[in-house]
Amino acid sequence: MRPFAFVSPRTLDEAVQAMAGAGGNARALAGGSDLVDQMRVGRRTPSLVVDIKNIPDMQRLEYIPEDGLHIGAGVSCTRTGEYAPVVEHYPSIKEVCGLIGSTQIQNRASIAGNVCNSAPSGDTIPPLLTYDARCIVVGPNGRREVPIAEFFAGPGQNVMAADELLLEIVVPPPPANSSGRYLRFIPREEMDIAVAGAASMIAVDPASKRCTTARIALASVAPTPVRARDAEAVLEGQVVNADVIKAASDLTPNATSPISDVRGSVEYRKELCKVLTQRTLEHCLADLGM
Amino acid sequence: MEQTIRKAPLQCRVNGENVEVLVKPWQTLLEVLRDELRLTGTKEGCSNGNCGACTVIIDGQAVDSCLTLGLEADGHEVTTIEGLADGAELHPVQRAFMEHGALQCGFCTPGFIMSAKAFLDKHPNPTETELRTGIAGNLCRCTGYDKIIKAIMSITEK
Amino acid sequence: MATVQDRKYVGQSIEKADALERVTGRAQYGADVFMSGMLYAKALRSPHAHARIKSIDTSKAEKVEGVKAVITHKDLPVPSDTATSFGGELMIALKDLQKLTMAHDKALFDGHTVAVVAATSLDIAEYATSLIQVDYEVLPPVADVVSAMDDSAALLHEDLFTKTLGEPPTKASNVATYLEDGRGDMDQAWNDADVVVEDTYDTLMVHQGYLEPQACVARVDGDGTVNIWTSNQGTYNVQRQLSALLDLPQDKMIVTPMEIGGGFGGKIYTILEPLAILLSKKSGGAPVKMVMDRNEVFRGTGPGSPAHLTVKVGAKNDGTITGCYVRMVYDAGAFPGSPIAGATVVSFGPYKCENMKLEAFDVVTNKPRVQAYRAPGGTPVGFAVETVMDMVAEKVGMDPLQFRKHNAVVEGDLMTNNRPLNSIGLTEMLDQIEKHPSWTSPLEGPNRGRGLAVGFWLGATLTSSSVIMVHADGTVTVTTGQVDLTGIRTTMKQMAAEELQIPIEDVNVRVVDTNSAPYTDLSAGSRSTWTQSIAIQRAAENAISQMKAHAAEQLKVEPEDVEYADRRFWVRNDPEQAMGWFDVARNSVRRGEGPVCGEGSVTRVQSAPTFGANVVDVEVDPGTGKVKLLRYTCFQDVGCAINPVQVEGQIQGGAVQGIGWSLYEYYHYDDKGVMRNPSLLDYRMPTALDLPMIDIVLTEKPASEGPYGARGVGEVPIVPPPGAIANAIYQATGVRMNKLPMTPENVFWALKDNGNGK
Repeated sequence: MRPFAFVSPRTLDEAVQAMAGAGGNARALAGGSDLVDQMRVGRRTPSLVVDIKNIPDMQRLEYIPEDGLHIGAGVSCTRTGEYAPVVEHYPSIKEVCGLIGSTQIQNRASIAGNVCNSAPSGDTIPPLLTYDARCIVVGPNGRREVPIAEFFAGPGQNVMAADELLLEIVVPPPPANSSGRYLRFIPREEMDIAVAGAASMIAVDPASKRCTTARIALASVAPTPVRARDAEAVLEGQVVNADVIKAASDLTPNATSPISDVRGSVEYRKELCKVLTQRTLEHCLADLGM
Repeated sequence: MEQTIRKAPLQCRVNGENVEVLVKPWQTLLEVLRDELRLTGTKEGCSNGNCGACTVIIDGQAVDSCLTLGLEADGHEVTTIEGLADGAELHPVQRAFMEHGALQCGFCTPGFIMSAKAFLDKHPNPTETELRTGIAGNLCRCTGYDKIIKAIMSITEK
Repeated sequence: MATVQDRKYVGQSIEKADALERVTGRAQYGADVFMSGMLYAKALRSPHAHARIKSIDTSKAEKVEGVKAVITHKDLPVPSDTATSFGGELMIALKDLQKLTMAHDKALFDGHTVAVVAATSLDIAEYATSLIQVDYEVLPPVADVVSAMDDSAALLHEDLFTKTLGEPPTKASNVATYLEDGRGDMDQAWNDADVVVEDTYDTLMVHQGYLEPQACVARVDGDGTVNIWTSNQGTYNVQRQLSALLDLPQDKMIVTPMEIGGGFGGKIYTILEPLAILLSKKSGGAPVKMVMDRNEVFRGTGPGSPAHLTVKVGAKNDGTITGCYVRMVYDAGAFPGSPIAGATVVSFGPYKCENMKLEAFDVVTNKPRVQAYRAPGGTPVGFAVETVMDMVAEKVGMDPLQFRKHNAVVEGDLMTNNRPLNSIGLTEMLDQIEKHPSWTSPLEGPNRGRGLAVGFWLGATLTSSSVIMVHADGTVTVTTGQVDLTGIRTTMKQMAAEELQIPIEDVNVRVVDTNSAPYTDLSAGSRSTWTQSIAIQRAAENAISQMKAHAAEQLKVEPEDVEYADRRFWVRNDPEQAMGWFDVARNSVRRGEGPVCGEGSVTRVQSAPTFGANVVDVEVDPGTGKVKLLRYTCFQDVGCAINPVQVEGQIQGGAVQGIGWSLYEYYHYDDKGVMRNPSLLDYRMPTALDLPMIDIVLTEKPASEGPYGARGVGEVPIVPPPGAIANAIYQATGVRMNKLPMTPENVFWALKDNGNGK
């Protein structure tokens, strides 16, 4: 590995100063499962690595009913996935916490790390998109909020400046009578990067049985994770049944612009979007007792 | 090249002993264990978290030491395969691997045992699928996993 | 010799002799060697699949502080005997091994070593390799065997002319060898057939996937003695290769075997060892450690050979096979030597047939030079043949198992090489399948199917030897050069205790370096335990006869009058006159006869052919094409299971490698010939979660030779999986798969092309 300096600040201010002092060549380290490998193969060559795991603000994991879920950037997937409010209110987030790599990786990796890595295939991202999560970013110029849908700029790229840190992700409370699910497709049962992934979140009016909110987001089928808005439009206002689900799922490829690579072809990825979306929507309906 | 950045002190506990060592900031925990502390029981199979041969336990949790920087262990408790037995008394997972023929070449074995130990500490009575999920981050190419699964399940039944 | 019932240790699942070292992390593998003043080496590898090397400038790398030596192909001596070849199951010519070790005028595959740096740390060595400047002229890559055989294909080697028994070629080509074999009359065969099935199959390059990357340490001493500590499947083959490659006498080449973290055929020819030695020499004798990372393991070692195959089989309506034809094109990678010999033997191995034609091509392409991979050559042809046999069975309206029983070879039938089979247990094994729940139980539910396939492997014999030393206290050390891949120490311990009739606790087995034990061939080809059963038996006989001589001297009789059993020597005509094992052992170091040291070796034995079969239940997800294994059962005739748990483990491991080959694993090359998935993330080996339990059913029909009738176990298990899984997919969906791996995407499109199956 190419040499770099390492600091492990104990406060947010120290971390912000460390990032600012590195001339844009610092990199924040959370679980390290992406960064350490990227440094090993020379894909990233920071001069300074800032370990953010010892900063109390970065270890915040809290659910406030009126405000939502706060997931600090240093909180591991394991801890997030076991947090009772996550299990209760955000089933798709619980699911992805058990999907990122192996147990060993889940014990280190954080959702924020997955978001900052900004891979098109990031499994945690589609659920965050369906819940309209917000990223709290801090830097030398203070603190700002970026809606998750506006966070990504391309494969491995996002809107954070080189000297900024992602402090936490805030996930608003899900709507009443809603459920969210995520499915990714991989050739094996574990340890793979998604060929395609789909998250769905729907809310249903209990009286009319009509869908009041529909969110569908896809991974690995575009330069960034994307919302499938055409498909969402088919669901909203409808009584959701098998036909509606099928019609919505069949529109998901509209939102995609996949590539053919070692993990799958363009055509296959589009087909997977349909079937995965269909299955997550069916799962959501089942969760809602419909 | 590397002389421009100084080594940094790492203080942690490894297998119950206090360890203080100067490490290069870019050394992984795996490299610190193997190259500096000569604890070579922890193996390097893939260098990027996909085989689990380098699994160690930090503060009770299994991690891939190839994806952890040495300095990240500062102030933490690290357990490697060398620290699992209590003197001559093997840990039940070690014993079970021997009794069930759950190893052949043995290269993945230390990582598997560390993973299994951490898993069982958390899930003392898993289903077979839960166990297979829990240790899916450890690859074995010799056994087809069959006897590994049986070995670990044998302890849960006791 | 004890009868089966009397055996005390052979046939028992004795705990692995070295298990304690392995569960405590104390076992020492190649990368675990540390020495004072040790240097670390790193290779610079070609990023191009095919390129002329116009120049290599190492000057900047040499100036980096901490760099002690840099080598290129110019540092390799010119070998004196270029006609030599090496290998176990796959041979490689010395002149090719030399060019494979480091690229000479051309880089022939993505990952080909171009230069190597030794430095005081790995970081420095890595950094220095980045400063080496290589001027490449990129040439068009030869991607696969089909395009390699095209007249317009680029040539890898301008001096390669096809070896064939026919007309000698006038033009260089990428076809290294063309072989033809067979018997009978093929026209007659097709005329006699009521049903003929012909189809074409393709498989891709795969890796053995051993968890331990190649690793070694070399040190050249002042007197020129070369010491090498390495994880290889053999030590004497390493000694011979290095000695020829570096032009050094064998007595000065000491090869010490470290524990080996899996080989499966892939750790036979030397890769790192010559580089580490040259660097040690050039740096003035410092120990040099060289360890590959996983990317290098994929790109820079010898993977398993892919193949392009056409199979044609004819049969009568009663199921009798009338003719078998196969055309096999195997990919050797950058230098000749693909496993066509093994493939030829495997092909129609289980089937009785008078009319056969086999054509085999050994073809070079711009990929890493292949090494053996468990039953080398067997898996691709097994996939093709077992699929076609399933189709023939269906066409004649026979159950797949009955069809195989009807055509099964028995002792005396001819193999594909026209030699007769000795004792085999195929019929007995098929009978066991017929009664087993894995075959007889109902399989219900949509998209589910059950598949069967049979496999054959002949196994290698070669030379094995062992020495039995009886210590003065009566305990025994067995010394051997037989590298322990997964359990030879344990089985040798069992066999030595059995033959010497002493307690197993009194026996220790030590695997030692090349200069401390007699020559033994490598551990490969399903040969180690089986051939050592004979070597140990002979060494034990030899040791006991020496002890009888000691006893005779003290009992004042002739040695031939002394009998031995259960640690007691006695005079045949006067059984009361007797001595114990301990007394004879103790006296052996005090009296004239001297220490007891029995030697046993074996070079020429009959083969012990092995048959295996798999029965698998699958479920196919029509929405994604994913295949889930519901139940997996392996049947195998092992002759005699010397250690049943170890035998089961071998079969389970082999089957799972075959499952990986069937469903997930392949080298993904881009159009420039560069491998795009050189990691264990994207080269997908099965995890624990991808598999059911692998059930094992053993048949024990004794082999023709050897004290227990044991057969080699390790290789045949990898032959049946793809055929069994493909046949199960067909039963589930009505779709035949012609390509490996049967990835979800391949299955998905196959289902779409066939209107979603049946």
